[in-house]
Amino acid sequence: MVAYTPLLVVFPLLGFLVLGLFGSRMKNEKLIGILGSGVVGASFFLASAMFIHMLGSEPEQRSYVVPVFTWLSAFTGTPGSFTANIAYQIDQLSILMTLVVTGVGFLIHVYSIGYMHGDRGFWRFFSYMDLFIFAMLNLVLADNFLLMFLGWEGVGLCSYLLIGFWYEKKFTGDAAKKAFIVNRIGDFGFILGMLLIFTTFGSLNFGSVFSGASMLAVGNTTVLWITLLLFVGAMGKSAQIPLYVWLPDAMAGPTPVSALIHAATMVTAGVYMVARCSILYALAPVTLEVVAIIGVVTAVFAATIGLVQNDIKKVLAYSTISQLGYMFLAMGVAAFGAGIFHLMTHAFFKALLFLGSGAVIHAMHDEQDIQKMGGLKEYLPVTYKTFLIGAIAIAGIPPFAGFFSKDEILWNAFSSEHGSWILWLLGVFGAAMTAFYMFRLVTLTFEGEKRFDHHRIHPHEAPKTMTVPLIILAVLSVVGGFVGIPHASVIEHWLDPVFTPAQYKLLAEEHAGGLLEYLLMAVSVAIATAGIYLARWVYLQRSEITVSLAKRYPRLYRTLANNYYVDEIYDAAIVDPIVKSSDEILWKVIDVAFIDGAVNGSAKLIANIGQSLRRLQSGVAQSYAVVFVGGIFFVITWLLLK
Amino acid sequence: MVPLQAYLILSAIMFIIGALGVVARRNAIIVFMSIELMLNAVNVSLVAFSAFFGDATGQALVFFVMTVAAAEAAVGLAIVIALFRRKQTVNLDEINILKW
Repeated sequence: MVAYTPLLVVFPLLGFLVLGLFGSRMKNEKLIGILGSGVVGASFFLASAMFIHMLGSEPEQRSYVVPVFTWLSAFTGTPGSFTANIAYQIDQLSILMTLVVTGVGFLIHVYSIGYMHGDRGFWRFFSYMDLFIFAMLNLVLADNFLLMFLGWEGVGLCSYLLIGFWYEKKFTGDAAKKAFIVNRIGDFGFILGMLLIFTTFGSLNFGSVFSGASMLAVGNTTVLWITLLLFVGAMGKSAQIPLYVWLPDAMAGPTPVSALIHAATMVTAGVYMVARCSILYALAPVTLEVVAIIGVVTAVFAATIGLVQNDIKKVLAYSTISQLGYMFLAMGVAAFGAGIFHLMTHAFFKALLFLGSGAVIHAMHDEQDIQKMGGLKEYLPVTYKTFLIGAIAIAGIPPFAGFFSKDEILWNAFSSEHGSWILWLLGVFGAAMTAFYMFRLVTLTFEGEKRFDHHRIHPHEAPKTMTVPLIILAVLSVVGGFVGIPHASVIEHWLDPVFTPAQYKLLAEEHAGGLLEYLLMAVSVAIATAGIYLARWVYLQRSEITVSLAKRYPRLYRTLANNYYVDEIYDAAIVDPIVKSSDEILWKVIDVAFIDGAVNGSAKLIANIGQSLRRLQSGVAQSYAVVFVGGIFFVITWLLLK
Repeated sequence: MVPLQAYLILSAIMFIIGALGVVARRNAIIVFMSIELMLNAVNVSLVAFSAFFGDATGQALVFFVMTVAAAEAAVGLAIVIALFRRKQTVNLDEINILKW
């Protein structure tokens, strides 16, 4: 079993290479689709086999490292040595992430066969998606920071390639650039964090770093800086304030991309990284607070924006940012297992919601404005039912998956030593808004009266290759939560060994909640249900309320609708000054005047010297003879005088 | 006996006159005459040394020099004729094609 581990990563890489090199010549879409999805399916199959093997083995044997080959090795044997290998760490956390990535990834690949049908770049799409899976698997399976960073950058690259897939439109190119550049800003923090880790611990290998860390004391300032810098990287990758601005624009890419990259996998890389480095974060309570606060603020902030968006994918994008905020809230109150649990359930229902929206967009011939939809449930029954399941799950209604994971987070936010009731309250507020805007979306899209010209547009249900993944994800959204029943949580028990060193440092205990826990649970469910009914009532029966509210508070409405003008603020405060100073100073002064001046100037100098030397050649033979004779006399005089 | 220095001074004066002629005269024929004058100055010097030291090598070399001078004069005059056919002049100031 151990020997097959590298195959997990090699399968998608093969898919990328074969499709990338030969895809343009393959005419058969089915073949490309089967190859592209099949490699991911093969990885999923292998990961499941490894998982089952792990289930049957002792907890101590579940964590092991599989080295593949030596990547970089310098100065071995001396104190300043640096080694980074291609080696994969298989443990409870990484196998769980691998299953999520390959499982949900496989479903999305199959869905894409139907969604991207007829697209000119069909083969290119699948090769990029396979490359993405390759990079993501490297990220979650890496056993050292450098390999993880390789995967980190790789998914950023694939995000750029896939967002900008339809590169003919200028906006998609801009959105792809924005995603990559904002990610890069986060990566700057990540790199600084890695450098600091190396100078502190002498290695980038997880094993060495974490065992070194467990000997340090809580409150160590170096670790504080390390964790803060790594978190900057997570902020960029996982779209937290202030680096979330790329995610809404990223909706310009094809819907399967939004589902895979911007809902289920890439954006969860930051959460995974924090979970993996849990021991480091346990040593820095200040950072934990920062993480929790940013997480909950992002959750609420993004939810408020999602309330007024009219593009079906933008609502889901802000919803993703908001849910990622919940995951970081969990990490920030040291409920690492709960955060990963929510990551898993979120992957299920968010991918479901995005794929469902893709089916809607497909049916409405690329219309994405929900104000032009309505009453679609009679045309798209399967899509409607699965989308509804996803919405109920994300709203946190039991017994669906979202309830268990979100509630675990909220309870830990309330009861943990690192949490507080304020965090809980904000979390519940966010959950209420989540329920409201999700059901606003469902109601405006599928129910009520048709606001589109149904004589000209005939929506039809999606083909099987699209609906079957929807159904599978819907089933997972229903039953996925049962692995995390409070106080009997299979998933947290599974993940415990990974987080034990961190919990030990934090002296954390599981809180027996008793009545209070169930009371709070009931409160959050009640609020979520109220949100759902409110949304349905407003949008089905009293939609004029929204219009009158928008009229009474026009400025508030416009601020929310333009997402707090954050993009405009960034443009004015950061982008424009940089562009202007680049133009005025870097280009006009340094490049043109200094560098071009120096280069052209030296060329001119040589030209001038040449000009003056050229006058020696007059063409008149006698002047040459003069020089000749003069030279002779000079030499004779010199010899005589010597 | 005429001292050796007298011959050498004569040779030097002839050489200088020849050099000045090459440098300062406009007519190509005159320039060739000056070149011949320079060669003959060298001949005088060679013969004087040969007589003074009793070594015949100098005189043998004079034969070589005269032969070469004759050949060179022939070639040079051929060039002048070719040049005259082109430019209808032997004024060296006007032959300045090989210039910048």
